[in-house]
Amino acid sequence: MAQVAQQAQHTLSGEEIIRCTGVNKWYGEFHVLKNIDLSVQKGERIVVCGPSGSGKSTMIRCLNRLEEHQKGTIVVDGIELTNNLKNIELVRREVGMVFQHFNLFPHLTVLENCTLAPIWVRKKPKAEAEDIAMRYLKRVRIAEQANKYPGQLSGGQQQRVAIARSLCMSPKVMLFDEPTSALDPEMVKEVLDVMIGLAEDGMTMLCVTHEMGFAKSVADRVIFMDRGEIVEQDTPDRFFTNPKSERTKLFLSQILNH
Amino acid sequence: MATTDNAQPVGLPDERPPANTVGPVAWLRNNLFNTWYNAILTVLVLALLGSAIPPFLDWLLIKAHGLDATSQECRQGGGACWGFVNEKLRFIMFGTFPYDEQWRPFATIAIFIALLLASCDRRFWKPWFGLVWAAGLAAVAILMWGGVLGLTYVENTLWGGLPLTIILSVIGLAVAFPAAILLALGRRSNMPAVKVLCVTYIELIRGVPLISLLFMASVMFPLFLPNGVSVDKLLRAQVAFIMFAAAYMAEAIRGGLQAIPKGQYEAADGLGLGYWQKMRKIILPQALAVAIPPLVNTFISFFKDTSLVIIIGLYDLLGTAKAALSDPAWRGFYREAYLFIGVIYWIFCYSMSKYSQKLERDLNRSHRR
Repeated sequence: MAQVAQQAQHTLSGEEIIRCTGVNKWYGEFHVLKNIDLSVQKGERIVVCGPSGSGKSTMIRCLNRLEEHQKGTIVVDGIELTNNLKNIELVRREVGMVFQHFNLFPHLTVLENCTLAPIWVRKKPKAEAEDIAMRYLKRVRIAEQANKYPGQLSGGQQQRVAIARSLCMSPKVMLFDEPTSALDPEMVKEVLDVMIGLAEDGMTMLCVTHEMGFAKSVADRVIFMDRGEIVEQDTPDRFFTNPKSERTKLFLSQILNH
Repeated sequence: MATTDNAQPVGLPDERPPANTVGPVAWLRNNLFNTWYNAILTVLVLALLGSAIPPFLDWLLIKAHGLDATSQECRQGGGACWGFVNEKLRFIMFGTFPYDEQWRPFATIAIFIALLLASCDRRFWKPWFGLVWAAGLAAVAILMWGGVLGLTYVENTLWGGLPLTIILSVIGLAVAFPAAILLALGRRSNMPAVKVLCVTYIELIRGVPLISLLFMASVMFPLFLPNGVSVDKLLRAQVAFIMFAAAYMAEAIRGGLQAIPKGQYEAADGLGLGYWQKMRKIILPQALAVAIPPLVNTFISFFKDTSLVIIIGLYDLLGTAKAALSDPAWRGFYREAYLFIGVIYWIFCYSMSKYSQKLERDLNRSHRR
């Protein structure tokens, strides 16, 4: 089944959009990221997995500087992330992020959630921003809820709105930080379907997730992290059928055989 | 599941609850006489109310002297002397403002009340409404000071009574509020210098009594000014109020800021919003909604604290009531005087409290979490 579902390796542009070189990060004394080297091409779909506390969320949060790294360089879309606030804001405009707990703005309607950043950051006229927002809300199949408040929606609906909110900024890269972990089981699929649709449209995606089915069917590359380092990265078929490191084998046996 | 589904033909029919669990008798039993100690408390409280209310009503209304009573009639005994309030009404309300010009402070009160009532309506929460306020305040300034448009000039040392109370508290709170927002944001700033400055200010001001700040403003501050330069006494009191109110409100707002989950900041950051955009559009609207109860608490206490200006020789509502009592003809009717201004204070404070409850409900309704 997995082999059938797996899609043909799509050709990548070869154009690099993210490069991390020797990235290290500490929380106080605790070494969370150890010498991370990572290169992401435009259009590439990457799934990051690993045991909890392995630093996978921290790593993708460094890519839009929600976390600060202390050593090494991170270049996103040609801009190096440093303390320069202007550059950070420029990168964040081009990098969408979807959070585990959705983080919608509860005091704004679904539509206002989606138009806020385009209006204030991209300086789009309100009518145009609303047109774009309705287009993306349709795409995540939630347009009829546009005038409701987030608190009136289910978890799955909220997460789809969160994805639409990011898409409204027309990002070049989308980061997903465990987007289905806080959802009730019956809502996971509706969110994954939206993400698969995005992947098929050629969006560059980095996704921290435990959904191995999603990894098998969508990812170009699976990255396995453990204790702050990238232990192994490979195409999904080789990663799942023929893992090289003992740590990867242990992890896969724990999540696949239950 | 099946019990909530009305279309289901099978399933038990709804029954009425047992008669002894609904209705007024059941309410009394459940709330006032549910335990033996609650029953004792209920009886005691009823006895207390029964012994206190009739004599009070007796004094207040039944045996009271009417609005046209003279002080001689009142002194022959009986209940409250409302002739005192009638006789001194304009002095208590407007202080020493020239008698023939007292329509001006009256109009001032009317303008303020109209502005405040209009501000309660959220449809007016737009930038242009700031201009309405500016126009209203300009009108108030012209009315109170005069000197233009054929109005005689009235020095602000002659102002008093309710207009003074309202001016001090409304302008004080209106200026202190934005200052408090900046102080609260500064206290949570990442920039150490800003943070230290804000923390020092807040802790310093909160650490001294308002009275001492008013004394400083009226007695010490002029010592630092060069000879010949003087700053108006009312202005100095107003500034002292603003400084004090800002420190207290800043702490109320900080409480609201702390209640906002980290995810809200991260989502705003992740979308590329700048610091001020993030604060204005995402964080403050939520934080201020959370901070409404402590903020209103501050508003109410500051409205009443304006009465402290009496110690530096300004006659607000409480001050004029006290001054009215010093008239030898009417000495001793302090109960009537304090009850009367107490009711005025209460009307203002209770309205604030009621409105804040409505606002809280409205804001919660629009974004249930």
